[in-house]
Amino acid sequence: MFRKKKRPGAEISSSGLADIAFLMLLFFLVTTTIDIDTGIDLVLPPWVETAEQVQVRSDNIANLLVNEVGDVLLDEKIIGIPQIKPEIIARIKANPKLIISYKTVRDTPYNIYINVMDQLKLAYIDLRNEYARQKFGTTVDQATEDQVQEIRQAIPQRISLAEPTQAEG
Amino acid sequence: MKFQKKLALAQQNIPTSSLPDIIFMLLIFFMVSTVLREVDVLVDYTLPEAIAVEKIDNKRLLSYIWIGSDERVQIDDSIVPVDAVSNIAYQKRMNNPNIIMSLRIDKGSRMGIVSDVQQELRRADALRINYSALVKF
Repeated sequence: MFRKKKRPGAEISSSGLADIAFLMLLFFLVTTTIDIDTGIDLVLPPWVETAEQVQVRSDNIANLLVNEVGDVLLDEKIIGIPQIKPEIIARIKANPKLIISYKTVRDTPYNIYINVMDQLKLAYIDLRNEYARQKFGTTVDQATEDQVQEIRQAIPQRISLAEPTQAEG
Repeated sequence: MKFQKKLALAQQNIPTSSLPDIIFMLLIFFMVSTVLREVDVLVDYTLPEAIAVEKIDNKRLLSYIWIGSDERVQIDDSIVPVDAVSNIAYQKRMNNPNIIMSLRIDKGSRMGIVSDVQQELRRADALRINYSALVKF
């Protein structure tokens, strides 16, 4: 009668499976972004139809102006970009209510704009770190969530972006 | 005297059957932990460098606006005119109220175009922005 023939054990080789998995892994490695985004955070002021005039005492404002060739004027005096940070720190210490009015012209190079913004941010970071050291004995990075909130309240970032004007002439 | 190498009698096959499992584990880790690259960048740009940069923790909140060296503006997959930015940004903010607009602007750009885009963003009430910059050491 019919009798099943005994076959030798059939094995499916699974060594190729690893190669397939490697191929998929490589595909994901190539198509995904691993670079971390870094940048300077900023919150824009809300849009208003008619620019309302807010009167601020002029001694509470630091006017920062960058012209089309990248010269920086701080209150009508020309200043080098690396000097902005110590100058701003000194002025905020003298007057904690200081608002920095940052104005550019339409032809100001973006690179200079970022460099100046960087200086302002560094000034605030230094001030906040100093406050954190005096008050809590830590740096801002190591402070707790509540402490960070308090530091932000104590030293708010007051950077006002003015609309760039056309370069004269 | 003659030294003779002793050969073990047991078979010496290393089992490789679990290798695919390990690779799949790696694969799944990568699939879960990364975000797919979504767009092709059509404009040409070099980011500026800054010291006071912060890392952005949540990549899913980010939406990019590119401004190339030729002052063309790209959002998502297409080049858009500057006055269309506010509509697009508004749509994006509707879908995701906490959106952060990441501005990837060529360092040779002029402030005019940057400010025009910012005004458009203000109009769309997308106020959280981030000037993308590389870390300067």
